Order: sequence, then C-alpha cells, then structure tokens
Amino acid sequence: MTLLVPAATEPSCYSRLTNEWICGQYLVDRQDEIVDATVEHIWITVAAVVFGVLIAFPLALVARRYPRLESTILGVSTGLYTIPSLALFPLLVPFTGLTPTTVIIGLGLYALTVLVRSMLEGFRSVPAEVRESATGLGYGAGRLLLRIELPLALPVIMAGLRVATVSTVALTTIGTLVSYGGLGNLIKDGVDTNFRAELLTAAVLCVVLAVLFDALIVLAQRLLTPWTRGVGA
Amino acid sequence: MNIFAETWAYLTDPANWQGAGGLWARMLEQLLLTGTALVLAVVIGLPIALWLGHLGRGGFLAINISNVGRAIPTFALLALLVTADWPGTASFGPYGRAGLATLIALTLFALPPIITQSYTAIREVADDVKESARGMGMTSSQQFFRVELPLGLPLVMSGIRLALVQVWATATIAALVAGPGLGRIITDGFYRSNYPQGIAGAIVVALVALVLELAAAGVQRALDPTPSASAAADPVRESTTTGG
Repeated sequence: MTLLVPAATEPSCYSRLTNEWICGQYLVDRQDEIVDATVEHIWITVAAVVFGVLIAFPLALVARRYPRLESTILGVSTGLYTIPSLALFPLLVPFTGLTPTTVIIGLGLYALTVLVRSMLEGFRSVPAEVRESATGLGYGAGRLLLRIELPLALPVIMAGLRVATVSTVALTTIGTLVSYGGLGNLIKDGVDTNFRAELLTAAVLCVVLAVLFDALIVLAQRLLTPWTRGVGA
Repeated sequence: MNIFAETWAYLTDPANWQGAGGLWARMLEQLLLTGTALVLAVVIGLPIALWLGHLGRGGFLAINISNVGRAIPTFALLALLVTADWPGTASFGPYGRAGLATLIALTLFALPPIITQSYTAIREVADDVKESARGMGMTSSQQFFRVELPLGLPLVMSGIRLALVQVWATATIAALVAGPGLGRIITDGFYRSNYPQGIAGAIVVALVALVLELAAAGVQRALDPTPSASAAADPVRESTTTGG
C-alpha cells in the first residue's frame, strides 16, 4: 500500500516530529481508504465465518451420527488450530495465491475448531426425552433436526459463533501478510511508516467491529430463540 | 508442484538453518519469547486467578477478561506498543529488536486463558467436597492447598498448556513489526516474493507447534494427580484467541 497523502497543507499531526496518536484531519483526508479497509475487514470476516459454519455443520452432523469419527473430526479441527495463523496463510498460498480466498479459507478453518465443538455440545444439550417425543409424534430425521434439535441447540451454537466471530475479526488483521487484512493493512502501513494516527484508528476500529459483531449475534439469538430470554445462554 | 520442490530444497539446505537469521536462531528466539511470556503470565495471572477462585469472587472479571482479550487483535496491540515511545522498537537483550514490545504483547495475550481456566478450575471444585473439608476442621488455606488446588490442578494445567501453544503460534506475528522469531522467515519470504522460503518457515512453525502441543499434553498427563478427571478438562473450550 502506498502512502500518498494529498499534501496541500499538512496538519501538525502529519509531522514526523509530533506524530500524534489522534488526528482528526487524518480521518477526513484518508476517509476513503479507512472505509475501504473497514468494508474489506467486514466482508472477509463474514465470508470466513460463513465458510466455517458451512463446513462445521456437516462435520458436526457426521460426528454425531458416527461417534467413532467424532474424536477424529475434533482432533483434526483442533490440530488445525495449533498451526499459527501467520503460518497457515503461507501454507495455503500455493493453492489459492495471494488472494482474499487464502485469508477466508484460513480463518474459516480456524473458526471450525470452535464451531464444531459448540455444535456438538449444542446437539448434546437437547434432552433425549424431547427427541423421543418428537419421534413419537412422527417427526422424521430431517424434520426432527430442523424443527426440534436445531432450535433447541441454538443457544449453545450461538455462544460458539460469538467466540468464533470475535476472534475472526481480530485474526483478519493477519491477512495483511497476503495484502488482504482489511484494517490489518492499515496497521501494517502505520507501523512501516511510523504513523500513529493511522495505527490507532485501525486498532480502535477493529475492536469496535468485534463488539458490533458480538452485539449483532446476541440480538439475532434473542430474535431466534425468544424462549430463552432471561435465562442467560 | 514446483513450489513444493523448492520448499523442500530450502528446508534441506543446511545453509538456511545456520547463521544469525537462520532457522535455528529464529526458532531459539521464538522459543525464548514464548517461554518468557508464558512464565510471566503464569507468575502474574495464576496467583490472582487462584485467589479469586478460592474466594469465589470476581467471576465476572475473570470470565470477561478473556472475552475482551479475544476482541483485541494482538497484532494491533503489538503495533501500538512498537510505535509508542515506550517500549518501542529498541532491542532488548537476547530478545532482539522490538523484543520487549513483543514480550509485553504476548504476556497480555497469555493472561486471559490462564486466568479464566484457573479461576474456573478452583471455583468448580464440588461444593460438598469443600464443605466436608470445612467440616473436618481445615483452615481456609488448608482447604485451598489440600483440597481445591489438587482437584483443580488438571484444569489449571490445561489452561497453561493452552496458553503455551497459543503464545507460540502468536509469537510469529512479531515479524510483522520486524521483531524476532520464526515469523521473520515467513514475512521475509513473502515480502521478497520468495514463497518457498515463506512456506518453509510456515512448515517449521507448524511442526514445532504440534511438538509443543504433544509435549504439553504429555507433561499434563504426567502431573495429573487424578487421571480419571482429566477427561472433564477440555483444553479447547477456551482455545479461541490464537493469532490475532
């Protein structure tokens, strides 16, 4: 990323000597860049979490259906987690290149660990008698899953989703290694050019995004599972 | 396939392992960083967490520390520390350039899993066990050292084990601020479009992570006074803060 500031009259915080942490002029001048980075951060995070959920759900179903496979599935998804993020991206690059796909797949694989576990735990939290009564009422396996088990497992699954999403927001910054790190790109640029205002802005935005995502998921959970209200999931 | 052959060639060339910026030196730097950060986090966090767990207070704090910790990208924290006047990028003994900033960032990063797991470990010792201990006339400190700590130990250990692997994994990001560690091999490779080098560095980091994980699991099993209870200690429950 290049540091091209339309330098007509530079405010004091652009000066290398003062290098202030907070700089209103920076927010105005580099608005487009900040918005772009934030948008990139958001869509990479969302894509990664969605990718993680899409993979985790069938894995959780398989693990539940075939208990013998459970430890293997959990083991592999946990094993993925021990690979550092900065190492995971390079390992994916031969297959996906220096593209956002690398970041999305990498982060999705990380989210997998938490998601598979919380899904399994969620299904396990559905009381056996509930399952039996539903079967007794004539629910088939598919309808039982979608209409009974999934809604009841939702609070536990959503708790896992919160954890996965918040850490994915934080981890997306590492995507800067392959140039797709959203706000991480600004942080990297801020370090390289020793520009404090840029660095602090990006860091604060990261935390704000994490909090917003967390709040959104809590809200979604309230709407989706009205019966748990007041029971603290 | 070419890139894998080149990666293999990089890894098998002894020249890449020797010297100041070689794989061995970088690995040593990162192990030193990881070990120091973990020890610091244990020294700072463990007594507080165990004490709070024993008192049964501060649960809100202990749990939320880890939630907040998760939301703060370690890379951003590290970048802030490096750019600030203190600790800055100055070199720090064997830890190298930006070593102190990296050390502080990693220690802060290691604290949440240790605090949360240790607090929970002591807190979740069964109430009737605690009551019987009191009924036998144990003092508060006897209760802690003879009952709560031994019973909570597996979970405390799993928190430290978790922190170890996470700190190792996260230590690589020091390279993004030109700090020490194996991450340097990766980022140097990337920034110079020498991808085989980047991939080779990644492979070494991942392999050491697996070795550390297995070693820590082994130590945990060896030290566990109640092997049957270790099944309940779920190390990945809290394993959610790697990297960022």
